[in-house]
Amino acid sequence: MAAACVLAQHGQRPVVLDEAERPGGQAYRLPGAGLRHGAWTPSGQKAQAARLHAMFAAVADRIDHRPATLAWHIHDGMAHVLRHGVRAGVERFDTVLLATGATERLYPVPGWTLPGVTTPGGAQTLLKDQGCLVGQRVVFCGSSPLLYLAALQYARHGAEVAAVLDTTPRARRLHALPALMAAPGLLMRGVAWMAALRRRGVPLRSGVELRRIEAGEGARRLVWVDAAGREQQLSIDAVALGFGLRSETQLAQLAGCAMRFDAASRQFLPQADLDGRASSGVFVAGDGAAIGGAEAAEISGRLAAWAILGELGAPAAAPEITRLRARLHRLRRFQAGLQTAFAVPDALLAALPDDTPICRCERIDAGTVRQTIRGYVGAIDVNRAKALTRCGMGRCQGRFCAPVLAALVAAERGVTLEQAGWLRAQAPVKPLPLAASLADG
Amino acid sequence: MRRLHTDIAIVGGGLIGSWTALFLRRRGRKVMLLEKGEIGAQSSGQNFGNLRIQGRHVTEYPLALRAAAQWDRLADLVGDDCGYAQTGHLYVALTGEHADRLRHTAAEANDNGVAVEALDGAMLRRRWPWLGEAALTGAWSARDAIANPRRVTPATAKAALALGAELLPGTKVVSVAQTGGRFVLETDRDLVVESEVVVNAAGAWGTEIAAAFGETVPLFVAGPPQFVTDPLPYFVQPSVQAVDGSVIFRQTKRGNIVVAGYPRTATDKLSNRAPVPPLKTVATMRVLATLVPTLASATVIRVWSGIEGYLPDMLPVFGQSQAVPGLFHAFGFCGHGFQLGPGVGLVLSELIADGESPTPVAPFGIERFQNDVAADAKFRSEFDAG
Repeated sequence: MAAACVLAQHGQRPVVLDEAERPGGQAYRLPGAGLRHGAWTPSGQKAQAARLHAMFAAVADRIDHRPATLAWHIHDGMAHVLRHGVRAGVERFDTVLLATGATERLYPVPGWTLPGVTTPGGAQTLLKDQGCLVGQRVVFCGSSPLLYLAALQYARHGAEVAAVLDTTPRARRLHALPALMAAPGLLMRGVAWMAALRRRGVPLRSGVELRRIEAGEGARRLVWVDAAGREQQLSIDAVALGFGLRSETQLAQLAGCAMRFDAASRQFLPQADLDGRASSGVFVAGDGAAIGGAEAAEISGRLAAWAILGELGAPAAAPEITRLRARLHRLRRFQAGLQTAFAVPDALLAALPDDTPICRCERIDAGTVRQTIRGYVGAIDVNRAKALTRCGMGRCQGRFCAPVLAALVAAERGVTLEQAGWLRAQAPVKPLPLAASLADG
Repeated sequence: MRRLHTDIAIVGGGLIGSWTALFLRRRGRKVMLLEKGEIGAQSSGQNFGNLRIQGRHVTEYPLALRAAAQWDRLADLVGDDCGYAQTGHLYVALTGEHADRLRHTAAEANDNGVAVEALDGAMLRRRWPWLGEAALTGAWSARDAIANPRRVTPATAKAALALGAELLPGTKVVSVAQTGGRFVLETDRDLVVESEVVVNAAGAWGTEIAAAFGETVPLFVAGPPQFVTDPLPYFVQPSVQAVDGSVIFRQTKRGNIVVAGYPRTATDKLSNRAPVPPLKTVATMRVLATLVPTLASATVIRVWSGIEGYLPDMLPVFGQSQAVPGLFHAFGFCGHGFQLGPGVGLVLSELIADGESPTPVAPFGIERFQNDVAADAKFRSEFDAG
């Protein structure tokens, strides 16, 4: 949205291919059709969302906005799209900006595939888009700032938040403070969410270990171990489990972007400069370029738009670009701090029982993957592991199991995550109905 | 520099190389398998998985039947059934010209010991009610089968390993020469291999080994665009193939429909990539949704291709080198080598161990390229122009 606004404001008429029905992406999602009120949102974000939506509306006549349009492949200067889920089509372009966002990073806990287990983002989307709660008594667990925001939103909408259980120890969070001071405003926001949850009497625990989720009678039970090593149980009807975000890079890969390993976010990202210039005619911005959150997404979108305008011969707005780059730089440092403050639970992954499913599309468990890696003759990477186990071959294309598969390959082979490699993207980005080929156009 | 000695060095850890290693070990010969990347990761593992016998060039039938006998005992040979199932293979004609071609190839197959039944449209739909009106006539071979290509080559290589073969994945042969009756293979690792015999089973890369001995072949690389759908209830038992290859599909027991559709696409063996042009995926989706209307509701979840070596006459390069004794070629299987694989391995083990094989392979010799080779009809129709 931000990039389209800048381009439209400077004489271009960008085409926006948006998979969603309404503009706003994930962070600034508008309430679903028929909902009069949106979900409660902290006032700062609410103002930011309103500002961006107003800016987009102001230039609407200069933007060719195509909602419900999924770009399932980018090849030879064409975006191959699925319109409204039923028609295949093609959009030609000279320059493409990929703002594909992120998916949640999910690390399995035994029982994670039970009904009633979702992610904090999934819980949030249901609330924002449909005005529903995933459950009446909900526990938010994992390690992510989103746990606290989603928990607060749920509490405000009448859910009973049983607890927020964070697997990262408190000491490590303090360790992240210097980097987090790069964006004190954002840091204070998070602190305010925690304070608001405490005022409502929600237990916030850190340094916990998540043991398993069990199916009870009409309810779920989460078994966890507190920082002092005592086993605890919570009876809830829904679990929101999440470990932050991972950049969605499939389209960037299909568009031919080179990939590089980013140690902070522990994943491969499209190689791009700060303005999002990735390869000839291809730009990346937002969480799909590097996880940064809503503000960083907006700024990187503006920077990419300025870079595109520059290539089209428009005069550069030097002071504006310098300011945006500086802010993006600070936000990326803040993000690095968040990666420390909300760490990947390596111990949890190492202790994952063999019978825990890690690929829910293909129903592949951790033991099957471990055995394949151990019995392999040669240097197995995630792509070979996928080919031999089917883990990551299902309809989600490895979007959710990829980080776990990489962790297992790295652990079993004794190599780094970088050496374990990344799952090479294969079209389509999302499932494509055969019928769409009969309704071309 | 480490120097290793072996009787037979096999270059290429694909299907052909792995089967050759296994059958040579069963004859007690010392073998070493050198693979530049990972075992079975190229077209051996990326192909459609069709074990089609009918519709072959007449000269290939003895080899294909020999191979079929090995597939029948796959589990005994490699300790894993690798999804092998005798599902049968059905050719369907979508045009009158296809129907003529089908009659011709069915007669050829029957003459060569492969039972093929001709079916008209009504018979087709009685037997497979989900086939749409687009299918005019068919040719049915019950003997044909399928297997999972991702599993077969690794399982075969492991069986060879268990019998004492040496597997060297991650070992690229950078030069090969013969001095004093022995081959010397230099690799990109700190390793030189010496052998009495070399088997060139390097697939799309096989031309490089042949060229080292002055043998040139007009091979070019291409790959079939393929895709797979979400799992559906199992209802498509046979492999089904339009005569012109515009769609080929089968269903796995888990429910996924595996689909390929020609024309094949140029691939890049240097960058090791085989991209699938999206418009080809959409075109094949359209043919499939027309041929099997009920599949219009299926969804494509993944596309892929592979890097395969093709010759203009659509026959492989298979047999003894004409340039040096002790060198055997087995590459360029023109996108139909999966079924032949175990037969080729067995025949090679005979050629190497006995100096002869009961299965005729003369039509596949590399010497045929000393003169111009006439292009096969498939070669003209199943590839992108240019």
